[in-house]
Amino acid sequence: MFPPIPNPQAKPIEAKFGDKDLIKRSASNITPAAQRQTQVAKLIDVSKCIGCKACQVACLEWNNLTEEVGINTGVYENPHDLTPNSWTLMRYTEYENPESGNLEWLIRKDGCMHCEDPGCLKACPAPGAIVQYSNGIVDFVHENCIGCGYCIKGCPFNIPRVSKVDNKAYKCTLCSDRVAVGQGPACQKACPTQAIVFGTKDEMKQWADKRIKDLKSRGYNNAGLYDPPGVQGTHVMYVLHHADKPNLYSGLADNPRISPIVEFWKGFTKYAGLTAMVAVAGFGLLHHVVAGANRVTEHDEQEAKRLAEK
Amino acid sequence: MNMELSRRQFLRAGGAGIAGTTLGALGFGEAEVAHAAAIRPYKLAMTKEVRSSCPYCAVCCGMVVFSAKSEKTNKMEVTHIEGDSDHPVNRGTLCPKGAGALDYIRAKTRVKEPMYRKAGSDKFEPVSWDFAMDRIAKLMKEDRDANFIEKNKDGVTVNRWPTMAFLSGSSCTNETGWVTWKVTRGLGMPQVENQARI
Amino acid sequence: MTNSWTDIKNADVVWIMGGNAAEAHPCGFKWVTEAKAERGAKLMVVDPRFTRSAAVSDHYSPIRSGTDIAFLSGVINYLLTNEKIQRDYVKNYTNISFLVKEGFGFEDGLFTGYNETTRSYDKASWQYEMGPDGFVVKDETLSHPRSVYQIMKKHFSVYTPEMVERISGAPKDKFLKVCEMAASCSTKDRTMTIMYALGWTQHSHGAQNIRCAAMIQLLLGNIGVPGGGINALRGHSNVQGITDIGTLTASLPGYLAMPVDGEPTLDSHLVKRQFKPIQANQTSYWQNYRKFYVSFLKSMYGEKATKENEFGYQWLPKLDVAYDVLRMFDLMHQGKTTGLLCQGFNPLMSVSHADKNRASLSKLKFLVSMDPIETDTARFWENHGEFNKADPAKIQTEVFMLPVTSFVEEEGSFTNSSRAVMWKWQAADPYAQSRKDIEILADLFIRIKKLYEKDGGKGIEPLMAVDWNYKDPHDPSADELAKELNGKALVDLTNAEGKVVRAAGQQLATFGEMRDDGSTNGVQWIYTGFYGPNGNLAQRRNNADPSGMSVYGLWGFSWPANRRILYNRASADPEGNPWSDAKKYVFWNGKTWGGADVPDFVPTNAPSNGSGPFIMNPEGVSRLFAAPMAEGPLPVHYEPFESPVANVLYPKIKGNPAARVFKGDMEVFGNAKDFPIVATTYRLVEHFHYWTKSVHANAVVQPEFFVELSEELAAEKGIKRGQMVRVWSNRGEVKGKAVVTKRLKPFKIDGKTVHQVGLPLNFGFIGETKKAAPINSLTPYVGDANAQTPEFKAFLVNIEPIAGPVA
Repeated sequence: MFPPIPNPQAKPIEAKFGDKDLIKRSASNITPAAQRQTQVAKLIDVSKCIGCKACQVACLEWNNLTEEVGINTGVYENPHDLTPNSWTLMRYTEYENPESGNLEWLIRKDGCMHCEDPGCLKACPAPGAIVQYSNGIVDFVHENCIGCGYCIKGCPFNIPRVSKVDNKAYKCTLCSDRVAVGQGPACQKACPTQAIVFGTKDEMKQWADKRIKDLKSRGYNNAGLYDPPGVQGTHVMYVLHHADKPNLYSGLADNPRISPIVEFWKGFTKYAGLTAMVAVAGFGLLHHVVAGANRVTEHDEQEAKRLAEK
Repeated sequence: MNMELSRRQFLRAGGAGIAGTTLGALGFGEAEVAHAAAIRPYKLAMTKEVRSSCPYCAVCCGMVVFSAKSEKTNKMEVTHIEGDSDHPVNRGTLCPKGAGALDYIRAKTRVKEPMYRKAGSDKFEPVSWDFAMDRIAKLMKEDRDANFIEKNKDGVTVNRWPTMAFLSGSSCTNETGWVTWKVTRGLGMPQVENQARI
Repeated sequence: MTNSWTDIKNADVVWIMGGNAAEAHPCGFKWVTEAKAERGAKLMVVDPRFTRSAAVSDHYSPIRSGTDIAFLSGVINYLLTNEKIQRDYVKNYTNISFLVKEGFGFEDGLFTGYNETTRSYDKASWQYEMGPDGFVVKDETLSHPRSVYQIMKKHFSVYTPEMVERISGAPKDKFLKVCEMAASCSTKDRTMTIMYALGWTQHSHGAQNIRCAAMIQLLLGNIGVPGGGINALRGHSNVQGITDIGTLTASLPGYLAMPVDGEPTLDSHLVKRQFKPIQANQTSYWQNYRKFYVSFLKSMYGEKATKENEFGYQWLPKLDVAYDVLRMFDLMHQGKTTGLLCQGFNPLMSVSHADKNRASLSKLKFLVSMDPIETDTARFWENHGEFNKADPAKIQTEVFMLPVTSFVEEEGSFTNSSRAVMWKWQAADPYAQSRKDIEILADLFIRIKKLYEKDGGKGIEPLMAVDWNYKDPHDPSADELAKELNGKALVDLTNAEGKVVRAAGQQLATFGEMRDDGSTNGVQWIYTGFYGPNGNLAQRRNNADPSGMSVYGLWGFSWPANRRILYNRASADPEGNPWSDAKKYVFWNGKTWGGADVPDFVPTNAPSNGSGPFIMNPEGVSRLFAAPMAEGPLPVHYEPFESPVANVLYPKIKGNPAARVFKGDMEVFGNAKDFPIVATTYRLVEHFHYWTKSVHANAVVQPEFFVELSEELAAEKGIKRGQMVRVWSNRGEVKGKAVVTKRLKPFKIDGKTVHQVGLPLNFGFIGETKKAAPINSLTPYVGDANAQTPEFKAFLVNIEPIAGPVA
């Protein structure tokens, strides 16, 4: 058992990190913190997950989120997608393994991956609306958010959602308020089978190694860690029984990377600044960036090239 | 609310304000800049912590319950619940029921006051505790007097009240269970059951 | 549970069947994932559906609902024929060598002594052969044809892998894999744990399902040892404690029995239960029954209980018949019941045949619901259309809804599934006008007594005799009540030498101190010690594991005597040595018994005395052959009362021959022609019974009733995923969304294709989830022959799509 993190205390505690520890800030030039804090990570072991949704409920409770009561659409997912109030979601896949002939129920907790190279932050035109701390946590600063939704397009995992109520984008904070006082995220604390563990990124990688060995001993020869290099690794990682086929797990990206449009956009705004962003958005040239799907398509590649050549 | 304020003051005092190059362009003043910290105030600061046990299944997960005095009701009310890391069985974890127990405590369908539905009526009406308890006691006594059996046909003392039934809740404490046993059997009820069979 | 949640960590194989621990007990299930991750344990799951537990298993086998006995008997047959039994354990710790009387027999699915009219057995021929010394006759060679071993070999031989497949639909290879994994724990150094829940109990033959499992564990030598046991994963948070306290028709606290009409005196009651040992040197602990009973009566009636008045025995109600919940509602349906009090109970939802129950409730003069939240039962008279058809004007029942505190608004103890009594403290003030159950009941009791004092009436003496000596009679404190549960010395207790061992007024340290002369009290002997002279041990919070065997003996108090594994004497061999180093637990050190746990044995009783580890049985050993069972000393495959096929083995027998069926209920069993589909009900992990439909967050993550069915059945009926479907039985109907899944597959039963559907039970017409009719609109009104647990887990339905837009 990964040693449980001691209970939180009912007294004020000084935050262990804050604005002084920023290493990235959307649409801003900042001097990153001189000394980087130990990098943290949440490890989600899909092979231990029973799909109970304790993580979803704990997330709602801790973050004071009120989600609507929906309907059943013939599947176990509820709500049916991430929303401005549901920052994490269990996704279920019934997979008949052609090799073993056995049915496998692959259940994945979806949510922000806290990329080391966050596409949302890169795509964000609002200064300081998205920040990254030196421990790796990517957080949204709602006061600065303009609700443009570019973060969704920038995200290779399709995670942020813009609220229709206040027109701000929302996603998992990795419970930055809990981590700041030495706790793990609420979902990790709740997880009944310790399918979610939290610690330093190094600890999590070591813990994952142990789990992968166990899975290999049970015949899952392709078991492995999902820490995709296309985004320079993530601070939310998965242990997968079929690490060779991430896509099996409700479409987890096989090779996530930031859309070339965003990469282009990032370069563009860096020089032109906010006024240019407003101008470009005004022309509607990038409308499809927010309206379209966020998977990197051939079309995107061409579009990026076209924009770059302009 | 107070906690939030104190947290913000703390941030400001700590000189944690940041001023990005383009922030001003969007019209943020200095005060807002200080508010721009992403990290939410720690919501358990200034609460009271009590150890409890989950009311749902028989794993009996340990819970840590945080509460604070409500200005509205002047009562201690629960603000947050999470698993008790010290508990040897659940080790701080909770399932989706336990993790949502706060929503049970403040459920929309919580009964706020005694309610009474008259025979043939199509609605419940609020009544006083005194009314409800007096009426129930009277109904019970009437029936007990009508149907209590002191001796059976063979002359054996049986002290049985067979026309009154009691379903005893299995999420009550042991101590409640004992009072329930004592009262129901003391009155002579053989029809006493709990959820063990179902 | 014989073992504890944390002990599951010590298992080498975990077998989940008749339950779905990942779904129903997720935080206890962590000890399964721990055993897998840390010990390399293997998990196998047998269930009609590929469940959340199956999702993290190493092996899964399907099974048609209601055929567990055939499957499990097949495993017993495999173990016996392949000699995969822990022979030393079985020979010494079970009744396998005992001889059964001449005249015992089994033919055409019935044991000797059956009476078709009364649907019951005369068990005379099921008894052991007794020798002239008053002890049972044994054959240590196990070769005597009337030895339990030979009887078992013959009895189980019909359950071949092929027969198991024909009856249960479990493919032979999947079944055999289960046998092999179980058999791997017949060695002395490996153990398997079996985890079950209502998937085994809620059948007309539920008790025999569990008997099968117990027999398998005994054959493997897995009872009383770490990582073994039979683990009933119980439902409500304190259903263990409330069962212990005995708010069940025929129970007194601590598994003592209610008096019955045939026991006119205390002695006539006691004499039947103080079992004498039937082997030499056996403990037979129930010989102490009288001490526990008298101590209970002293708590119930206080100073009024004297030797002269049989300690108040006559004041207790005597039963003419057992009023289990099915009989309770049947009597109500007959109009014989005046009032019903529901304390945290929602019977309209939780008892079979909801339409019958709604009619029953309508016949009451009054109904009281004591609950923190509104229940569907409290609003049974309200019209909710197809979800609850009612005409309020025609229902003359007076209904009271009393607001009760929730779990955080009061203190007290809960006893978890593994018998650990743990205290919880009050965290918040009572919500709105709510009051504690204790206050409400005390208030009611005092009001009724006042009415009798004022107006007189019937049965005054037994009512006034009840001891009610609390600091605040209107609000007895949890602390006072907990002390009563434990018991105390009423006078100075002296030992044989005349020395005072427990002063008057002191709390008792163990039930060993209880006396039968009225000098001690104590509500329930099994809890004695939990609030002893050293205070309330339920409040202990030391989570040390000194032995490293996952034994948390300083956390709370586990009854009896703070014991964490029952029958733990059996973790050592007859000489008192651990069976293996790997499973070293409780052993004889040459002078006393000791080890990781409190020995379940007299600590100084040397192995050389030959006393058996099963001290509650007069045999001193456990029973592979068990005469007390209602439908036979050995399990037999009987089909559920509603079954898609005839019994392959005994085609003439319908259902469990000893199960009770009320008039009118037999007539509404459905047949396989009109209702060809097997259905089963279960709970979902997102919900707890019928409460959390009122809890917003839980309604969010599972908002609406649904029906699970296979892709094959969906194709056959033209049902699309997310479409509304109607499911109906011969008693009622429900409507819900179709969840079409690969996790259910059609069965091949005796050559015929049989479909099964799954019906989650957590929905209703009150709360935040979408309205639904009670799932028990469908279920049959018949219970287990021994426990009267309703057959919710196997019945017949039909299904059709409802036209309309697909969600």
